[in-house]
Amino acid sequence: MSFVLVQVIIGGLLLGAVYALFSSGLTLVWGMMNIVNFAHGDFVMLGMYVAYVVYTLMGGGPLLGAPLATLVLATLGIVVYFGLIRDIMKGPMLAQILGTFGLALLLRYSVFWWFGANFLSMPPNIVGGTYAFAGLRIEASRLLAGVVALLVTLGLHLLLTRTSLGSKMLAVAEDQTAAQLMGIRPDTMQAIAWAIAAGATGLAGALIANFFYIVPTVGETLGIVAFVTVSLGGFGSVPGALVAGLLIGVIESLSGYLIGAIYKDIVVYVLFLFFLWFRPQGLMGKT
Amino acid sequence: MRRWIWLSVVAAFAIAYPLLLSSPFQQRLGALVLLYAIAASAWNIVGGYAGQVSVGHVVFFGCGAYAAMGAYAKFGLSPLFGIPGGIVLAVGLAAIVGVPTLRLSGHYFSMATIAVAETMRLIVTNTEWLGAAVGLSGPTVPRNIFDLSFLSALPYYYLFLAILAITLAITWWMTNSRMGFYLRAIKDSERAARSLGAPASRTKLYAYMLSAALTSVAGALYAMMFGFVDPESGLGILISVKILIMAALGGAGLLFGPLVGAAILVPLEEISNSWLGGKGAGLTFVVYGAIIVLIARFQPGGLLGLLTRRGKPKTDMSKTDTSKTDTGAGHAP
Repeated sequence: MSFVLVQVIIGGLLLGAVYALFSSGLTLVWGMMNIVNFAHGDFVMLGMYVAYVVYTLMGGGPLLGAPLATLVLATLGIVVYFGLIRDIMKGPMLAQILGTFGLALLLRYSVFWWFGANFLSMPPNIVGGTYAFAGLRIEASRLLAGVVALLVTLGLHLLLTRTSLGSKMLAVAEDQTAAQLMGIRPDTMQAIAWAIAAGATGLAGALIANFFYIVPTVGETLGIVAFVTVSLGGFGSVPGALVAGLLIGVIESLSGYLIGAIYKDIVVYVLFLFFLWFRPQGLMGKT
Repeated sequence: MRRWIWLSVVAAFAIAYPLLLSSPFQQRLGALVLLYAIAASAWNIVGGYAGQVSVGHVVFFGCGAYAAMGAYAKFGLSPLFGIPGGIVLAVGLAAIVGVPTLRLSGHYFSMATIAVAETMRLIVTNTEWLGAAVGLSGPTVPRNIFDLSFLSALPYYYLFLAILAITLAITWWMTNSRMGFYLRAIKDSERAARSLGAPASRTKLYAYMLSAALTSVAGALYAMMFGFVDPESGLGILISVKILIMAALGGAGLLFGPLVGAAILVPLEEISNSWLGGKGAGLTFVVYGAIIVLIARFQPGGLLGLLTRRGKPKTDMSKTDTSKTDTGAGHAP
């Protein structure tokens, strides 16, 4: 019994690392520009479809699919920034919500229209079989996704805190005018932030595509997971997103196992509302 | 004076429409436009006038739809009797959800409303008593006139027209009452409104409850016309999105904005569905998405905003106070 529980928790941690990765993307642009990307879940979905197309057209595995998804989504991020975000950022609140929501519909239903509403999936052993460690069975695809996601999330954190690019982005987040006076271009920094955020999200999508169901509306659920993670971890915090992502992965897996698979989404939503209502600064934020 | 002339022309056209264009398709289209105009006008009270962008309004729509169908399916009553029940449910839910949620501002409010709606959809989908994923059906053969089950769309058209008129009258009355002034002040700057003594929380809550009640009526009417409700048609997030887009396209915070939006988008959807068949479903929402992105980018005041606010500087349009969008959380990554 407890043995199964350990298995469930490990599964949750590995999935949680991927949640952490795409939530880092959301929290980055949120913290930097105070804009919420309602299309974020659909960026994950696009990453999944890029990986799927790479597999079906070229027979390529995650080694080709993941970098390509990162690249495609990073490009999309830049296009979205210059085409939409830069202008709606200055507009009224309604325009900000509508703009990214409209983008979400546009992406989701373009994919729906092209690929149909069918549930797609990758072949079960695209990455490799299943490893057994001391009686625990772990699928290689999940292990790969979890480990890569964890490393990239840590890398993102280092990029933001230890490099000059990160300091410049932080400066723009703090005070655009002051940053501009220091010779930093807010426009460029924000575009880079969008590229990084969307690229990381695309990578996360390509990683879970190997074991997750692929469907145009998957972004709706995953988008909410990202919101929960960000609200739990504190808006704008990558380490917060990492801890919260792992936690949510485990909570989701445990509630799926203990209460039933249909209730696991409800548990996540209720947790989200609870945090928004009672602790909007997140788990680790200060009051 | 000119305003009254325009108003009577529009009203006369609305009354004469199903007689001028009398094919079943056109009458049904007219009824649907009015139905969505009711829902979008109800949303407008909280989303447009109070500036609280609810993306989960479908939860109130679902209260009405499920109450109407439940009255028939569970108690053998006319769906009509479900309307008061739906209103009570929706207002109660709005009060419970509204108190903690309306304290959040901006994006946070929108996200909380999505989570409430999705939670409700998942709960209903897993509740056998409410028909789970299959939903509830209304009377297939009307027992008497009170079942409001008609083959023709004509009776629905006039019923919806009357309710839309009531909804708009309530909205108009609200905007000219003390509450309307409070709402406008809160929308401009909640902090300033509070410091001048406007009861911001209470006013927003009243607007939310009023909006919920009217949305639930729209849901009940929808269920009666279609004769059934299931979690997707009664509680799906896309219904919220449609309602919101119609109001925003026409002009959020303007009395006739939602009607204009509905009059453009409903025919667009119906015609593209009938032309493209099954393939149309996805494409319709692609077009919807593109339209919203374009409004947000170029005309955040909506189409009617183009007419009424010409001459004013563009940046002046319902600009919200950015300082209130922060709930105390840090900004730095």
